[in-house]
Amino acid sequence: MTAVADETTTEADILAVAREQVLERGEGLSERQVLDVLRLADDRVPELLALAHEVRMRWCGPEVEVEGIVSLKTGGCPEDCHFCSQSGRFPTPVRSAWLDIPGLVKAAAETAATGATEFCIVAAVRGPDARLLSQVRDGIKAIRESGNDIQIACSLGMLTQEQVDELVEMGVHRYNHNLETARSHFPNVVTTHTWEERWETLRMVREAGMEVCCGGILGMGETDEQRAEFAVQLAELDPHEVPMNFLIPQPGTPYESYDVIEGKDALRLVAAFRLAMPRTMLRFAGGRELTLGDLGAEQGMLGGINAIIVGNYLTNLGRPAEQDLEMLSGLKMPIKALSETI
Amino acid sequence: MTDRFCVHCGQAYDGSGHAECRNPRTALEPPRYCPQCARRMVVQVTPSGWQARCSRHGEATSADAPAPG
Ligand code: SF4
Ligand SMILES: [Zn+2]
Ligand SMILES: [Zn+2]
Repeated sequence: MTAVADETTTEADILAVAREQVLERGEGLSERQVLDVLRLADDRVPELLALAHEVRMRWCGPEVEVEGIVSLKTGGCPEDCHFCSQSGRFPTPVRSAWLDIPGLVKAAAETAATGATEFCIVAAVRGPDARLLSQVRDGIKAIRESGNDIQIACSLGMLTQEQVDELVEMGVHRYNHNLETARSHFPNVVTTHTWEERWETLRMVREAGMEVCCGGILGMGETDEQRAEFAVQLAELDPHEVPMNFLIPQPGTPYESYDVIEGKDALRLVAAFRLAMPRTMLRFAGGRELTLGDLGAEQGMLGGINAIIVGNYLTNLGRPAEQDLEMLSGLKMPIKALSETI
Repeated sequence: MTDRFCVHCGQAYDGSGHAECRNPRTALEPPRYCPQCARRMVVQVTPSGWQARCSRHGEATSADAPAPG
């Protein structure tokens, strides 16, 4: 370990390196460099966040993409993702529920009313079956017939090539499928499918021309090394968007007694991910309310984040959308408009 | 009427105790158990609210009640 310590102390300061490499040249940090960022002393975190914000402004601009999500099919999932209250394998209080088409149209309307340009339809499944895909098809049709032209994304688990093609044909423009954590940590988190199977779905989604949305959850017992590993694995995938979730320990799941990640560490991760992926849309997703509170959310917006989920999540509640919209207006960050995204 | 059961854990609740069910995490949870009979409810979260249905006692929504703390 001494050799590693020597290496970090004798090398140039990581923030000075990042300024030249990431801010000036737009080249993301390597795994080793991300780890150096994650190990910066606490008193350097404000400087780190300021640099990550500069990088975001330089390579992504000031706009913030706002999204709403809804669960079309809740609970009863056959998979065993250890963080998830919707797995049917754990004694959680979440019961199976299906949202009907009028409910879906209403959820899309509520989302559009916030000024959001993205609406993501999510289902707790290993992968979609014919019934689910037909519900999605009918739902999208009904949303369009209601006069709502919000962009529609889906998150329906692992896909076959035929299902990928079907979603493209329905007009789904972006697909979310999270790798969840570093490849080396994934077998500790999920045993019913592999990281590579998830990667394969993402590959097909990209090749079919949909935008790739892929992130994960931090605070699932991964080491700093694995956090750095995950950041560069995502950078290698080069998704359009990376949603960053922080674990909310869910009653009945194997992770129910895990500690919530500390606010300062969550912010450090936001900035580190930004420095690993200067051009990627980095979205605040679940867990930020619990981990960061109101002040931390603002610090994150000034530390590399350029997209948010507003309103409630799939099984958890968020803070009211108005509060986030006020925060953005206070920060003078414009909300990305629909016309610019098409 | 007075609730008899905790909506977060489904155990008997008389308005006191249940510290583990009244914290920042549960403030972001919709109700999961019927406060009248402790059955697990079918809960749908939507972008701006939630609906929770007990097979015996019917539906409650975020419009009727503030999110439980
Ligand atoms: S596949 Fe999705 S819904 Fe199913 S257990 Fe894993 S995270 Fe939960
Ligand atoms: Zn309780
Ligand atoms: Zn009841």
